[in-house]
Amino acid sequence: MIASVISILCGLIIGMILLFVFDADHAMYGMKSMLTAGLSTKAKFAKVLYQSAPLIMAGLSVGFAFKTGLFNIGATGQYTVGACAALIVGIVFQMPWWVALIASMVAGAVWGLFPGLFKAFFNVNEVITAIMFNWIGLFAVNLIFANTPSVLANYYGATNADRTAALESANPGAIIPKAGLDVLLESNYMNISIFIAIGFAIIMYVILNKTVFGYELKACGLNRNASEYAGIDSKRNIILSMVIAGALAGIGGGIYYLAGTGQYTIEKSLLAMGFNGIPVALLATSNPVGTILSAIFISYIQVGGDAMQPEFAKETIDIIIAVIIYLSAFSLLMKELITSVLSRKRRASATDSTDEGKEDKQK
Amino acid sequence: MDYVIEMLNITKEFPGIKANDNITLQLKKGEVHALLGENGAGKSTLMSVLFGLYQPEEGTIKKNGQVVSIKNPNDANALNIGMVHQHFKLVEVFSVLDNIFLGVEPNKLGFLQKREARKKVVELSEKYGLHVDPDAIIEDISVGMQQRVEILKMLYRENEILIFDEPTAVLTPQEIQELMAIMRAFTEEGKSILFITHKLSEIMAVADRCTVLRKGKCIGTVDVKNTTKEELSRMMVGRDVSFSVEKSPVKCGDTVLEVKNVTVASKLHKNNAVRNVSFNVRAGEIVCLAGIEGNGQTEFAYALTGLEPQSEGSFTLCGQDISNATIRERSKLGMSHIPEDRHKHGLVLDYSLAENMVLQRYWQPEFQHNGFIKKDAVRAYSDSLIQQYDVRSGQGSDTIVRSMSGGNQQKAIVAREIDKQPELLVAIQPTRGLDVGAIEYIHKQLVAQRDAGKAVLLISLELDEVMDVSDRILVMYEGEIVGEFESGAVTVDELGLYMAGAKRQKVGEVVE
Repeated sequence: MIASVISILCGLIIGMILLFVFDADHAMYGMKSMLTAGLSTKAKFAKVLYQSAPLIMAGLSVGFAFKTGLFNIGATGQYTVGACAALIVGIVFQMPWWVALIASMVAGAVWGLFPGLFKAFFNVNEVITAIMFNWIGLFAVNLIFANTPSVLANYYGATNADRTAALESANPGAIIPKAGLDVLLESNYMNISIFIAIGFAIIMYVILNKTVFGYELKACGLNRNASEYAGIDSKRNIILSMVIAGALAGIGGGIYYLAGTGQYTIEKSLLAMGFNGIPVALLATSNPVGTILSAIFISYIQVGGDAMQPEFAKETIDIIIAVIIYLSAFSLLMKELITSVLSRKRRASATDSTDEGKEDKQK
Repeated sequence: MDYVIEMLNITKEFPGIKANDNITLQLKKGEVHALLGENGAGKSTLMSVLFGLYQPEEGTIKKNGQVVSIKNPNDANALNIGMVHQHFKLVEVFSVLDNIFLGVEPNKLGFLQKREARKKVVELSEKYGLHVDPDAIIEDISVGMQQRVEILKMLYRENEILIFDEPTAVLTPQEIQELMAIMRAFTEEGKSILFITHKLSEIMAVADRCTVLRKGKCIGTVDVKNTTKEELSRMMVGRDVSFSVEKSPVKCGDTVLEVKNVTVASKLHKNNAVRNVSFNVRAGEIVCLAGIEGNGQTEFAYALTGLEPQSEGSFTLCGQDISNATIRERSKLGMSHIPEDRHKHGLVLDYSLAENMVLQRYWQPEFQHNGFIKKDAVRAYSDSLIQQYDVRSGQGSDTIVRSMSGGNQQKAIVAREIDKQPELLVAIQPTRGLDVGAIEYIHKQLVAQRDAGKAVLLISLELDEVMDVSDRILVMYEGEIVGEFESGAVTVDELGLYMAGAKRQKVGEVVE
């Protein structure tokens, strides 16, 4: 917790320095709007919550895999196929929102399954497979949308053919319920997705900390050899862990596009939302409940960044946000690096070389 | 008095711990000076200070009465201090000769002058009887040979003060004898030796004086000829320790484990690591599989416990064929396994002690309900094991196991595996790296299991342990069982010959 706060402060300080470098006259103003915009109006706050819901899901996905000793860099691919499944089910098949959400979960799970299978049975590093599946996922989704006229915006009378139809016109039933929150916060962005995400965070917390399944998963992540020694089927756990991680990211894609405010645009680059799950999870040290807070923080900074226009160019703002987010996560890595170097030094010295463990008493 | 090296009032602190607290060590010219202490007593730290790997907070080091400052191993080398590390520092794919002059390469304008080096190495090895083939590749030669290379490295550098860090751990009894003779030859030439060990018999055999450390403090320096093993161990541990394991006569029951024609492929080379091994273990006896490290014991243990498959042969446990059973099935049938590497296999180091205590049992109804772990039951069980087996830790059940001492980690594993009430207890190197007190405790537990009518299979590299604890001894050499002895029917030296492959029994012959 303290480490997270310190690293966030580091990020902000470096961000501040960058602001001065880019435009010293507006630096103070820029920082102020970045830090306060998210709470300046109800609508801005709604935007923060709206963006944090999918971020939480991506963060949970990455964090859950971390707990099992896997690096799910494929969250963005799972997120994308999840979004695709939700939109196809919602628009083409005209299903209600919750069916579309389940579809997104299944699609994400399938996308997580492949890296899991390769890792468990052929010991192929999940990072490699997941990165390939990110691109396979992205272009497969583009291909599906491009060849499904009934999902595109022009099918419903809009002019553009490069994005999916607005749910408002295509199937209002597929929009995640707003439950009056849009009125309360005076923003059309607001719906119950933030509560769905928080619900999943709590479920993940319970699974990891209270169940036999979580015990096994964490044991595999912390020490695969020892878990095999204890008779745990580590192959099964690796696959399940990736499937669950994929499902979480898939839901993230689902809830973002089922909000009815965003349309999927056919693009040639991977979506940032899935990647942002990595700093979210790192900042939260993979703790599911911490993920809620770190996702809201990152979303808050992003909304704040938007408020820095037009004094700062969009690209400048992106750089600053990136610096803050990645430095926040990076300094955590740095901290772990320092700790491990320190403990290695202690191990070599504080005790005789045959003895283990004692050195860590001082931690 | 003529001291060649004096380490005066050395204090070295690490965060939260004083590894060396005001230690004074004085080395006379031409003596073998033993440094004795339990694990974590600060022996290696002290030697690392002398070798320049650490800077002490307080204290001075004098060589021949002159204060010197040793900031790194190169400084130590310049002062003619050399060290044979416990884990050899050799380049595995280089030849013996290349390894010896590594770092002090003889060259002219950057071109290696191997001929000179070879001449010097050959002269040295003949002078001291350290026979090695200078062109052999390190990974092809035995551990004993590798140690000779390390010693030759020091001689090549003309070191006068030689530090040996637990040099005998990897050697056979015969090799130990040779090493002792070599050490004697060095001291006769006026070289001085610092000898780190926790084996008392070696100190009695070769050392002139002995300094004992306990918990970072210097307990005292004694003349070896005026002391006894018992006194040394009392100084080391701080209490009396019994060396012999008390055992009642063996009462064998039914066969519990039957091993038939087991062959295991090696991961390291093309030959099989275990070749056609067959034996039985009966209820109420401790069978010991002895041998030098790397003769197939680890691979055999992996196959028996299910961590790796065997390529041929079968295991039968309590009448059930478990050749292809999963680890969980073997465990349910009554196999307990104290693994060789407690950090790799035995413990999830970042789990709490309570979570580790149920590592083999968390899935039982006692500890879970509908997939939810019963935290209270786990904690109560862990607390009772901690009390019963005297596992010491900072915060009891909540302690993260990584922070516990090696001895207590091992005790936790022993408690967990024994409390499972196994029919067969497979203990692999259960006392590796532990101090005298913990070893004594674990041996008692093994014997208690045997007396309770359980079968115990002990795989050990320590000859003392093999001789003290077992009822029957099987010697493994290059993957085969080359000898079987009833306990007491064989001497240590005899056993050493079998372990080194110098002797072997015919099939079916048992020395009673």
